[in-house]
Amino acid sequence: MPEIFLNLAIIITKIVFFTFLVVLPLVPLSVYFERRFSAVIQDRVGPNRVGIPLTLLGMKKDFHFFGLVQPIADGLKLFLKEDFTPEHVRKAFYWMAPALTVVPALITVCVVPFGSSVSLFGHTEKLVIADIDIGPLFIFSVASLSVYGITLAGWASNSKFPFIGGVRSTAQMISYEIALGLSIIPVLLYYGDLNLSRIVQQQADHGWLLLPLWKNGTLSLPDLNTALFLIPAAIAFLIFTISIFAETNRMPFDLPECETELVGGYHTEYSSMKFAMFFMGEYAAMVIGSALIVTLFLGGWSIGFGLDAIVAKWEIFGVGIAGLIHLGCFLTKLLIFILFFILVRWTVPRFRYDQLMKLGWVVFFEAALLNVFLAALIIAAPQLTAAIIGIGAVLLVAITLAVIWVAKVSDDTVRPIPA
Amino acid sequence: MAVIKLQRPKLSIGEKLYLGALVKGFFLTLGHAIKTLRGKSIGADTLASSGLGVTMQFPEQRWDDHMPEYYRGAPALVTDEQGRERCVSCQLCEFICPPKAIKITPSEIPAGDRWAKVEKRPLEFDIDMIRCIYCGMCEEVCPEQAIYLRKDYLITGLKRADMVHDKKKLYEIGGMRVGLVNKWNELK
Repeated sequence: MPEIFLNLAIIITKIVFFTFLVVLPLVPLSVYFERRFSAVIQDRVGPNRVGIPLTLLGMKKDFHFFGLVQPIADGLKLFLKEDFTPEHVRKAFYWMAPALTVVPALITVCVVPFGSSVSLFGHTEKLVIADIDIGPLFIFSVASLSVYGITLAGWASNSKFPFIGGVRSTAQMISYEIALGLSIIPVLLYYGDLNLSRIVQQQADHGWLLLPLWKNGTLSLPDLNTALFLIPAAIAFLIFTISIFAETNRMPFDLPECETELVGGYHTEYSSMKFAMFFMGEYAAMVIGSALIVTLFLGGWSIGFGLDAIVAKWEIFGVGIAGLIHLGCFLTKLLIFILFFILVRWTVPRFRYDQLMKLGWVVFFEAALLNVFLAALIIAAPQLTAAIIGIGAVLLVAITLAVIWVAKVSDDTVRPIPA
Repeated sequence: MAVIKLQRPKLSIGEKLYLGALVKGFFLTLGHAIKTLRGKSIGADTLASSGLGVTMQFPEQRWDDHMPEYYRGAPALVTDEQGRERCVSCQLCEFICPPKAIKITPSEIPAGDRWAKVEKRPLEFDIDMIRCIYCGMCEEVCPEQAIYLRKDYLITGLKRADMVHDKKKLYEIGGMRVGLVNKWNELK
């Protein structure tokens, strides 16, 4: 009986720690980085004043901490604002929508491996809430639920601009979900596994998917097959990253909420904490999205270069701290990727709506599909005879050219009928 | 009206792929970020930046030294070389003031005064700095060269009453101004 209680306590500790002490604080932190980094890109300073106001207590000097307290001030402001519900909305759905955007984003936290494992009193515990065997599938299935929140918000607001925003969000989700799912099939083929923590362990041992420069703890050049697999891996990385951008409604795909066309998009009619929950949901999705990219392509928590095996043996007072070091490494990678998200926001202008749909359906869908076959051919090559590999390669090239030709032909705009 | 048909430029495959432009864009934005962090943004030195971007950070840094000659700040009254208040309370500024910020209560100069021949001076001269739009019309209309827009721009107060500049405050800001026309001086 006590065994069950112990396990339950461990699980609850993990949920509280990872969801509320790791991922949720990352949301205001990424808002802070968004504001500061955007400012720096635009030759500005950004919020650098909000700190601990010691002068109010009669001290000489305030502590600014580079404005790191700014998100707390923002949050307080949103709490204190009037929570206004317009007369014309459909109340039940209007109230449900913000929760529907936040909750799926936070649920997906449970399969992300934050670190290797921490051992305490001879008891080893993996730093992942639920170590299930369908990691990426679980994330896709739950994360795509958050579009219901946006669509419902748009519909329940009972006003035209939010409605257009909601519809756009749905269409965008449908166009990119397929590319998102197809693009990681080569990666899963390569690992032969769907368990995220085992995938990361494999990367720690044999080199990251995009940086296979070590094997079993020693630096070495990759063999021919691994090196060749870098091509489909890079294509998969590109498609997956761009699809994640679309999935999280980030620039350059933030069509559901583009201010220039739709006032505020789906959250036009929302205020106060309800608005803040949309905001939080969006940033939480961004955090989870970059966590997934880091986990699948960039080695997750592994430090790399064969250092993981060395770190794994480190102990302080009988406590295995490898997990904590790996947690730090994972969070660093995550933050760098979030900065990349922000950099993209200020580099790439927003896509036009038809361009977005075309990119999803005509380019990425086909590219991801062909990439699956390319990856399969490269993985299967050692078992096949040269003739079969040759035939496969020729077929692949032929199909690729055919697809490009079809895309080009269908691309022709409708010509006006001659008078 | 003639219809002009524009030919879209033919793009090469590299341009159509879009990736080269993306990478170029990343370098551009990242370059700006790095330049900002090093305090080397374009125009940082001429704009007297704080070392982060081109921004001057206000309470620590002031732009007082960079203010142009023609800067229009708070309107103020001036005295001449003999300490005489130049305003004769003709009330032209009060009448021209577009937002009606100026309020003047005229009074006579008593007969025994050294400047008795000027006849009038303001008893009260209030400028409501909440209303003032810094247009400079008062300065332009004044026949006595008595009111000028100075370079004071930090006009703050905790209540509305603080924001009304009375005569004492106006002379404090304006001070003495020399080298103006002095038509009321004694003939030599």
